[in-house]
Amino acid sequence: MDKATVIAKLSEKFADALSLQEDEHGEITGSVNREQIMDVLRFAKEDKELQFIFLTDITAVHYPDQQKDFAVVYHVHSWVHKIRMRLKVFLEKSDLNIPSATALWNGANWMERETYDFFGVNFKGHPDLRRILNMDSMEVFPMRKEYPLEDPNRVDKEDKYFGR
Amino acid sequence: MSKTITRITSNQPVFKDSDPQDSLVTLNLGPTHPATHGVFQNVLQIDGERIVSCVSTIGYIHRAFEKIAEHRPFYQITPLTDRMNYCSSPINNMGWHMTVEKLLGIEIPKRVQYMRVIIMELARITDHIICNGILGVDTGAFSGFLYLMQEREAIYEIYEEICGARLTTNIGRIGGFERDFNDVAWAKIRAFLDRFPRVLKEFEDLFVRNRIFIERTSGVAAVTPEQAIDYSWSGPLLRATGIDYDIRVQDPYCSYEEFDFEVPVGTNGDVYDRFMVRNEEMWQSMRIIEQALQKIEKEPKGVFYADVPGFYLPPKEQVYNNMEALIYHFKLVMGEVETPKTEVYHAVEGANGELGFYLINDGGRTPYRLHFRRPSLINYQMFAHMSEGMVLADAIINMSSLNVIAGELDA
Repeated sequence: MDKATVIAKLSEKFADALSLQEDEHGEITGSVNREQIMDVLRFAKEDKELQFIFLTDITAVHYPDQQKDFAVVYHVHSWVHKIRMRLKVFLEKSDLNIPSATALWNGANWMERETYDFFGVNFKGHPDLRRILNMDSMEVFPMRKEYPLEDPNRVDKEDKYFGR
Repeated sequence: MSKTITRITSNQPVFKDSDPQDSLVTLNLGPTHPATHGVFQNVLQIDGERIVSCVSTIGYIHRAFEKIAEHRPFYQITPLTDRMNYCSSPINNMGWHMTVEKLLGIEIPKRVQYMRVIIMELARITDHIICNGILGVDTGAFSGFLYLMQEREAIYEIYEEICGARLTTNIGRIGGFERDFNDVAWAKIRAFLDRFPRVLKEFEDLFVRNRIFIERTSGVAAVTPEQAIDYSWSGPLLRATGIDYDIRVQDPYCSYEEFDFEVPVGTNGDVYDRFMVRNEEMWQSMRIIEQALQKIEKEPKGVFYADVPGFYLPPKEQVYNNMEALIYHFKLVMGEVETPKTEVYHAVEGANGELGFYLINDGGRTPYRLHFRRPSLINYQMFAHMSEGMVLADAIINMSSLNVIAGELDA
């Protein structure tokens, strides 16, 4: 089964929820809405032909300039077809809720805890959603773009001094 | 203060007031415990020697690499990757270089790829030396560790010849290497290959058929393939359960498809199988290095970087004497490089499993977002679940066979 067939099969099943394409590095990428992400993952995992059985990673990205400013990114891998697929779910900051993938893979547990720890994404149905790497008493979600790494008053690293 | 003292009449001790055997003991294993080989904590509730529950706490050496990476140009991220799995940092370095090269679409000369293969396989050997040696120590056999550790030293000397550093290597550049391997390095690689099989054989003789070792490890912490996939395991741990998923074969990078080697798999997924898989991987790594040395003979000499002047940091003497090199140097250091606005995921077979780099680039000076898929973190999460019902001594050797590297765990 090649990538085009996988895309066709998934697009046919989730016609209105899913937009998939093959990127220049040979991975299938696309975005799904929040309501159907679990259905898509479950179908991709349990379908006899697709067999995306391996959850590679879950993480998130913050895009402060977009209206839906957070993306939760799932990487799944179909070993038999040697195909990787990357699915993004865009969320708004005011409503960072998404169903937990721990219902499908136990391995999603710590990946989601890490994503929660750094971005504040609330995975509904997660058995133990608490911080994993940062201190429990921390009040912010540090990987969001509004938290600078260095002293924000420093001017010597501004882009305009590098001709941009 | 009147307390009934009950005489012991039989062999069974009698406790009247509060029977300590009625309650569970809470034991803090870590954060700095010699048996954890790293900074992470497990709070265990134990009943005698039996673990009733286990809660893992990690993050003691979290250094915010993903956040720092958003503020560093690409070439300055290499030292961050060193400090993840510091037992095999060259694999991390090469993985990162290849990720950026994939992003930029750089074609790497074959000779450089083979040099990278040599370095990565040497790193895999050092990592497995540590893991298997320490596993021996945890079961009570120190000698094997001692013999093998000497050979790790030899590999570190090879690193020293190549890049000057030993542990946090920072080997290579985006586009190739910073300098060619010198004659001493080649000689040391050759000498290592000549000497190591004998040492590894001796190490195997000490353990493989050793009754005590087998009884301590065989059947301990056995994991089924289904469980391993469910917990997203990868690397030697996954292969010990019988699944032949190796990224070097599955999704070849760096010309691994040209090499002839075998992917060892286990059958039971227990500690013994993990030990055997790692041992066999060391033999296979040596096979790969031998082949790489032969292949390099046929390649043009002196090529150690790709001809991509905009992306490869030029040699210093050229920067001082050549206008173009000076411009490229300035542009690279100042981050004036044109990079495609795209996303890329690149995975390499790290010593512990699938080491992935998820890079989002917006064309700026630094990555927009960089996420490390760290095999230690994902492999380790099953530990708490596995430990329940296990004897404490078994949990310790299980932990050392998972080869959890705290730096990779916490990033």
